[in-house]
Amino acid sequence: MSKTLTFLLMDAPYEQSRTSTAFRLIDLALQAGHGVRVFAYEGAVCLPLMHQQPHANAIHGRTVEEESHPTPRTWVSALIELAKAKGLPFDWVNCGLCVDERGASETIPGVRRGSPADFWKMNLESVNTLVIPTR
Amino acid sequence: MSGYLLIESRDPFESKGFAQHCELALTLLGEGNSVTLFLVENAVLAARAAAKARDLDKLAKAGVRVLADKFALHERGIDARQVIAAVEPAELNALLAHLADGAKTLWN
Repeated sequence: MSKTLTFLLMDAPYEQSRTSTAFRLIDLALQAGHGVRVFAYEGAVCLPLMHQQPHANAIHGRTVEEESHPTPRTWVSALIELAKAKGLPFDWVNCGLCVDERGASETIPGVRRGSPADFWKMNLESVNTLVIPTR
Repeated sequence: MSGYLLIESRDPFESKGFAQHCELALTLLGEGNSVTLFLVENAVLAARAAAKARDLDKLAKAGVRVLADKFALHERGIDARQVIAAVEPAELNALLAHLADGAKTLWN
């Protein structure tokens, strides 16, 4: 039975393994046919930044393609596309105050600006909410 | 009776939070709740027999179900044969199932 789950993320990209665990969980939730809502708070608002670019690795002599450096924005895009393909609700909300503090307003399509009030609504409308706190 | 899902992500040798989470699991169990402790990321280091971490044995004997993320074990080169009997290697899907069932969930 399809349910709705909410995830609150707080970590900025490229810093913690919590981010990849969170993405794995969200992907599994969609694969299982659940609707997903994500509230990105604090540094996590930088996860879907539009201008993230993969890079080469000069130290190891690898090109951009060989390095295959992951960008979190592509992971967010992949989740949005997966939800679309499965016809499941998916909502990614970036905390507006956190966005303004970081000048992080240029995000990929499918991400919207909101406030902690959105998180409250998401929580009320979900069977469960997982808060993944930063340390 | 409520179902609790405690997710532990911290290295037991780096953070007192691990032991405190184990204490919380026992307290919740003592109050008549069912409790599952799911180890992810560096917390799976406690599942190695060589780690001699007694907290997990104590939890399992008391009735807490202890699961460890297979992906995290694999990432750290921990073979299933190195994992203590008190801990059950599991896919992350098991954690998701608890969430979808509405377990009260706390991430450390």
